[in-house]
Amino acid sequence: MPVVEKQRSDVILQYLRPKKKFPSVWCPGCGNGIVMGALIRAIDKLGYKRDEVCCVSGIGCTSRMPVYLDFNSLHTAHGRALAFATGVKFAQPNMKVIVITGDGDALAIGGNHFIHACRRNIDITTILINNFIYGMTGGQGSPTTPAGAFSTTTPYGNVEKQFDPCGLAQAAGASFVGRSTVFHTPQMEKMIMAALEHKGFSLVEVIANCHTYYGRLNKQGDPVAMVNSFKENAVMLGKAQTMTPDQLKGKYVIGTLHENKEATEFCDEYQKVVDVRMAGGKAR
Amino acid sequence: MPTPKRKLLQGNIACVQGALYAGMRFFAGYPITPSTELAEGSSRELPKIGGRFIQMEDEIASIAAVIGASVSGLKSMTATSGPGYSLMVELIGYAYITETPCVIVNVQRGGPSTGLPTKVSQSDTMQARWGTHGDYTAIAVAPSTVADTVTETIRAFNLAERFRTPVTVLLDEVIGHSRELITLPEPGEVKIYNRVKPTVPPEQFVPFVMTPNGVSPMASYGEGYRYNVTGLTHDTMGFSTNRADEIFPKLDKLRNKIMNYTDEITKIRVEMMDDAEIAFIAYGSVARASLQAATLARQAGVKVGVIQLYTIWPFPDKEIQQLTERCKAVIVGELNMGQIVTEIRRILPRELPIHTMQRYDGDILTPMQLLEKLQEVL
Amino acid sequence: MTAPTDAGEAEAKPAGKNKHNFSKDNLPLEINMGWCKACNLCIALCPTQVFEPDRDGKPIQARPEACTLCTICWVHCPDFAIVSKHK
Repeated sequence: MPVVEKQRSDVILQYLRPKKKFPSVWCPGCGNGIVMGALIRAIDKLGYKRDEVCCVSGIGCTSRMPVYLDFNSLHTAHGRALAFATGVKFAQPNMKVIVITGDGDALAIGGNHFIHACRRNIDITTILINNFIYGMTGGQGSPTTPAGAFSTTTPYGNVEKQFDPCGLAQAAGASFVGRSTVFHTPQMEKMIMAALEHKGFSLVEVIANCHTYYGRLNKQGDPVAMVNSFKENAVMLGKAQTMTPDQLKGKYVIGTLHENKEATEFCDEYQKVVDVRMAGGKAR
Repeated sequence: MPTPKRKLLQGNIACVQGALYAGMRFFAGYPITPSTELAEGSSRELPKIGGRFIQMEDEIASIAAVIGASVSGLKSMTATSGPGYSLMVELIGYAYITETPCVIVNVQRGGPSTGLPTKVSQSDTMQARWGTHGDYTAIAVAPSTVADTVTETIRAFNLAERFRTPVTVLLDEVIGHSRELITLPEPGEVKIYNRVKPTVPPEQFVPFVMTPNGVSPMASYGEGYRYNVTGLTHDTMGFSTNRADEIFPKLDKLRNKIMNYTDEITKIRVEMMDDAEIAFIAYGSVARASLQAATLARQAGVKVGVIQLYTIWPFPDKEIQQLTERCKAVIVGELNMGQIVTEIRRILPRELPIHTMQRYDGDILTPMQLLEKLQEVL
Repeated sequence: MTAPTDAGEAEAKPAGKNKHNFSKDNLPLEINMGWCKACNLCIALCPTQVFEPDRDGKPIQARPEACTLCTICWVHCPDFAIVSKHK
């Protein structure tokens, strides 16, 4: 993997679609833009050809990201990004397929596709930007809204429990699982690079701020306060292992949480079948 | 793939053979009676030719993967039955607005809901036209025999590729599960249509450019054109728009690229209609019963003919109007509570009596039942 | 590539020493005011308080000499409005 240690900050500008209007649709200070920057720098450092990258997304604030990026882009229906991405990757196994999704998109309406993509261990990198709420529709509770937290559909506090996307992915068979936050941008960037280079299904969960809805409804109204709260509440994996569940309450364990380089990848395994059948192997 | 000329094939497997002949290289599906043999057949055949089969986690994922594979350049198909088609309709709408060619086979069974999984029906006819929300124009074809299934599936792929649109093949349980001795076409015997590719350099590429026939050349991912595909109503560059001067042309394009070419999409079979006083109008498995009934009636000296619809959508208004001009009555047989007959009522003069023979108990319409109806009409 | 082992936040170099010779005439950063949405992140996160908000809340490089080229401002800019002269 070619690693360029230092790079110009203007590299991002080279990867923005020339015919798309900027600034983006996102609110001032939205974490989505921070992740987008890190993703671009990661791809640039890895030296991928733009024609060999395909960004797939569903519906939501986060899912607007691929439209701005000068790669092949597929902006699909709510929750279905991973299913579309499976079709793209399986049809063109040499394509670097990146799914950009949010907590509602990936874990509620798209929950089934999420676990099955993990199970297949298909070589797709999923960047799940977790802001604990539905932003585009105006601040409704999502599968990652913490218990007790307020949203426009949990006006008296959330009575449901939240998903742990990383735990879910690992249990379902994903072979690379990591978590970072928009505060820890250099770490996030390195983690995205590692995920892109990983063969198999990789998940990078990025804790991000939706101060407009989640912050305002939960007394953390501005982007600075929210981003700083990620700094305070993030715990590196190594340290987290020495902490009790009570101590970890409300904390985000960050770092590469799971990596299995031995797991077989779906497209590779299918190609083996194709090679045998094309050579005239007899069907059982 | 060495294929002996004559083959005893089940309808569902004939559909796979037709798809392979048309160039299908990707199938994503989910098991559902009575369409499952399509998935099984594809899983057996595709690896042999370097194609790809995947069993997805549900029907929604299946059509999503099919669309993803199609924008990546592979001719793609999925197959299902009523409940699965109902799950797919949102993303079939995605294929309409993104103008992505693909073929969806619906081996119809009784409904609504889980309904009659092992019983025949034609009750998804209207769903094939109006299934997804919003304004669009649909293409659907309906074979009536195992041999038809091969040719109509090939035609469905050709129409999908030519018009950049999803095409539904309306099979039914009886055709899907019937076995008949058929002759598969030789390579080169049937013309295969492939989507038009852009010839301009990437910097000049306009992915949804307006063309005289309404069909924009389609680039595949990885060919250097790096364009945006979105389910949002979009401008010619593929970026979402709220501007009236871009929305009107986009939606008109979706309609006109099909409606301006109905002559080339419509396919009907006309039997014994030259001097017919009464016409059976039918499609799918009912067309077979209608043909048999008409043949028997002719032997008894009654002037009866048959109009069989291979193209259901767009509806062949003009052809049916012309063919029934001298008729004294028409009989529309359907395995539903009356779907296609509403179209026939729409297009035929009020004076012309339109009789219906409907069955929706999960069994086929027999020639005898149609003859009984004919006697009532006489 | 091994697992990242630290929180990754770039270490801020000690302020005060103007080793890059930045000044009002030689600013360390270019700020695209057309793209800036005045979210305040760069102003608040800068470890050496280079910025001050203008009337609209957008950053002005009030103390350019304090800039250590630590990258914190532009990696956290959600709108790609800050370009560093750092190579």
